[in-house]
Amino acid sequence: MTAAELLSVAAFLEGKHAQAFPSFGSERMGAPVMAFCRIETKPIRLREPVIQPDALIVQDPTLLHQVEVFDGLADTGYLLLNSARGFEDLGLAEFVGRFPAGHCRTVPASELALRHVGRPLPNAALLGGFAGITDALKIESVLAAIRAKFSGAIGDSNAAAAQEAYESVRRRPVVETSHV
Amino acid sequence: MFRQMEGSRAVAETVALCRPEVICAYPITPQTHIVEALGEMVRSGELAPCEFINVESEFAALSVAIGASAAGARAYTATASQGLLFMAEAVYNAAGLGLPIVMTIGNRAIGAPINIWNDHSDSMAMRDAGWIQLFAETNQEAADLHILAFRLAEELSCPVMVCMDGFILTHAYERVDLPAQEQVDAYLPPFDPRQVLDPDAPVSIGAMVGPEAFTEVRYLAHHKQLRALQRIPELSAQFEAVFGRPCGGLVRGYRIEDAELIVVALGSVNGTIQDVVDEMRGEGISVGSVSIGTFRPFPLAAVRAALAGAKRVVVLEKSLAPGLGGIVATDVRMALSGLPSQIYTVIAGLGGRAVTKASLHKMLRSACEDALEPVTFLDLNLGIIERHLDRENTVRRSGPAAENILRDMGLVAGRIG
Repeated sequence: MTAAELLSVAAFLEGKHAQAFPSFGSERMGAPVMAFCRIETKPIRLREPVIQPDALIVQDPTLLHQVEVFDGLADTGYLLLNSARGFEDLGLAEFVGRFPAGHCRTVPASELALRHVGRPLPNAALLGGFAGITDALKIESVLAAIRAKFSGAIGDSNAAAAQEAYESVRRRPVVETSHV
Repeated sequence: MFRQMEGSRAVAETVALCRPEVICAYPITPQTHIVEALGEMVRSGELAPCEFINVESEFAALSVAIGASAAGARAYTATASQGLLFMAEAVYNAAGLGLPIVMTIGNRAIGAPINIWNDHSDSMAMRDAGWIQLFAETNQEAADLHILAFRLAEELSCPVMVCMDGFILTHAYERVDLPAQEQVDAYLPPFDPRQVLDPDAPVSIGAMVGPEAFTEVRYLAHHKQLRALQRIPELSAQFEAVFGRPCGGLVRGYRIEDAELIVVALGSVNGTIQDVVDEMRGEGISVGSVSIGTFRPFPLAAVRAALAGAKRVVVLEKSLAPGLGGIVATDVRMALSGLPSQIYTVIAGLGGRAVTKASLHKMLRSACEDALEPVTFLDLNLGIIERHLDRENTVRRSGPAAENILRDMGLVAGRIG
């Protein structure tokens, strides 16, 4: 939910309308959790869950085998996965092959967070990566949202994780999934 | 100033701007964030003078609010679901005594089966307790309604519930424009109680009343609600004059002029309905919607005026009167008595079931063709129902229904939609 909240704040800082909300699913510790964010240039009235996302951020790749994570994601959409491994390694090369080049990336967000923040909390790094693969938000807005949520050193270290994830996604070759 | 914030936070900060003097609360999902935030504001001194009282139950929370209000303090609490039921006796007492307490309800289903998600069963269970009930469509309105609620409550000496959809609003981040303290102070004068427990001028509050006067006291409660019907539009207009945006009101129509089909609903689902209205209008279908902002007192005349021109009316409600159908629909039918409109009851969004545009489109098309059942359960899984009824018909000890159904669906935990 924090990631969706920060996304909505970043969009708000760019003058857009944004709505972030949790899935109304189970609230047990350790249970799969979904959170949604809508970004619009006009006021948002819709209250249904996001059923057909334009972009999907997967924080925990072990969920791929538990729930229908990719349901509703159109072939023109974006996919960002928290993993130090590539899609081929994860057995997803064929799946991501259907998306336009550059729309699907993995980013080692937990590792980046561990290095920068000292705890494996991938939110900030994933949002940096998200700004890197889509044009939905500027990285500056994402960093500002992170610093608005977390003050001082924690804000700085999370922002550094986001910045590195952003740069790594921008740097990495676009064609990484062409061979199956 | 606009801020991107959680609905609960927006409500907490707005309540603080209303200068409450006593806040007592017992945490219950999905309302907890509101009183947590207020508790922090009191502790830090940001909200002062104000006493935050931790209590041992919801019954105590409202009982303390009753005592505080009777002593002349501006009192606030918040609850949801079973918490509201647990304080039920005090809910009636607050209204019966005419104490202007404001209470937020983070609307949530009532068990069993236990369910923490949104519907309107909790507020509906208390609809005839004598409180004014205002329903918010957005987080902006949820926040703003609290300012109006204190003003209305204190003017009439009648408690007010501000009802906001649990999770859908309480936990949603969206842009909210919080007013300045001076604006709130300009709109909401200091509490000037009609009755107060004052050692220098002692009175009793809460006397026993026998058959000789009970009807008269109850009539006055009804009369007060009818006064509220007059005052709410006036206070809404004044609100707009001070804050520059609309807030509350009895009913709000959306594209209802000339609409042959009108959907009626309470709360945040109106946003989704308005999107569907626009889409269907784009397809040439004559449809509009009406949001009921004030459910108690029920605005019979305003509802009738808004719906009078429609051939068909669909009342979509997040509540169920088992054995009857709708609760809101029953009141809407009363408002439309004598008119030829075809009225449909649609039960939707129970226990957090998502009300989707796709389902609304399908249901409304069906209504246009008069193919809708008088009482329809939106997105009801008939296969699962039949399977369970079969089980009951074949085995005497068929077991607990909820657990059987979860097993039939292969579900351990819930899922969205």
